Amino acid sequence: MEERFEVELTVNGTPRTASVPARRLLSDFLRHDLGLTGTHVGCEHGVCGCCTVLLDGDPVRSCLMFAVTAAGHEVTTVEGLAAPDGTPSPVQRAFRECHGLQCGFCTPGFLCTVTALLRENPRPSRDQVLEGISGNLCRCTGYQNIVKSVHRAADLLSEPAEPGE
Amino acid sequence: MKPPPFGYHAPRTVDEALDALAAAPSGKVLAGGQSLVPLLNMRLAAPSDLVDINRIAELDALRAGDGGVRVGALARHARVERSAEAAAVQPLLGQALRHVAHPVIRNRGTVVGSLAHADPAAELPAVLAVLGGTVEAASSRGRRTIPAAELFAGPLESSLEPGELAVSAFFPALPPRTGTAFTETARRHGDYALAGVAAVVTLDEDLRVRAARAGYLGVSATPLVLDLSGAAGPRGDWAAAAAHVRERVDPESDIHAGAAYRRHLTGVLTERACAAAAAEALRKAGE
Repeated sequence: MEERFEVELTVNGTPRTASVPARRLLSDFLRHDLGLTGTHVGCEHGVCGCCTVLLDGDPVRSCLMFAVTAAGHEVTTVEGLAAPDGTPSPVQRAFRECHGLQCGFCTPGFLCTVTALLRENPRPSRDQVLEGISGNLCRCTGYQNIVKSVHRAADLLSEPAEPGE
Repeated sequence: MKPPPFGYHAPRTVDEALDALAAAPSGKVLAGGQSLVPLLNMRLAAPSDLVDINRIAELDALRAGDGGVRVGALARHARVERSAEAAAVQPLLGQALRHVAHPVIRNRGTVVGSLAHADPAAELPAVLAVLGGTVEAASSRGRRTIPAAELFAGPLESSLEPGELAVSAFFPALPPRTGTAFTETARRHGDYALAGVAAVVTLDEDLRVRAARAGYLGVSATPLVLDLSGAAGPRGDWAAAAAHVRERVDPESDIHAGAAYRRHLTGVLTERACAAAAAEALRKAGE
């Protein structure tokens, strides 16, 4: 019987616990053990970027990390990007407005990557956007609308919040 | 695409890690995991044990001093890349790190882990080699300092012994009037380079080239370092240096590029990197 470890971490602001073997990837921990299937799993060896989540605010590949290593840390998944009432985040709204998703499979990874990118660099140049999303693959149609979405998200984030929001 | 089972150890101190490694001679160290976990997921590696060093606070260190930059085993690529202090002492580190995979990978991957992985197509082994840096290794038997020239034994093979943990790497500072540059060519952004060059050029007081060295990735089984001072001459004839390099390298063919193309490319990149490093050295000499 494989040894199991109690893994406690914070996911989208909520403390979560599960008992898993050491070899449980963080991506599988989120999807299988916690039921958070918003994080997608494409290649499982760090190439496609679909499984990108935020670890203490920084984007990381959840398929290249064990849940036991993430214990005690804060993880944000695509489910945690919207406001508590379900209002999409500016990055999510920009992707919708600019048709930045086609089939949607790669979208959770892009949303997490771009959320962190704009937090660090609120007004990236086109080259900085390309560099920033270079580790996320979209196999539908290409990246034109995704790049547009990132610039649109930067606009939305720089707008002052409307009264009452 | 799931890793095989392994015994898991999460030490809090270096001593605890060394005890765990001593008890598991075929165990592996897990730091950033950006090379190791893909190997596990694809079942190309199946170590008996993993010693996870991510909770050892003392290894999360980055110190830039007059003599050089010391990088602890838990310092991530992103941290070293962004460190102004490290860049001021040893600019080649940041210049090379910008070429390592993608930004998201650099958030987890570690500099020392990349050196211990000893991939001849990776950037950091070439940087450590051209600078003549060292790696500090610890085991339950004691500590030793491994020069770069002795660290890289073969492709994906370092001279670290079973039970040894690479605790830090040291990248020496540059002499005065010295410039550096890093350049590489890859098929796709963030992919392994077909070939890459880390160049270090030092001028004398009359602004002639005193020394030129280049470290290469992707063209040999271990990082290759060539002294180009003679070929380039005091006036810095980088085309002559490139011709010299083309004669000296013996790259292999693979599905990404043929040997002849890699040899040609190595010359082109040598010329570009050396010219950029010399320009930087000239700028520094004028300060």
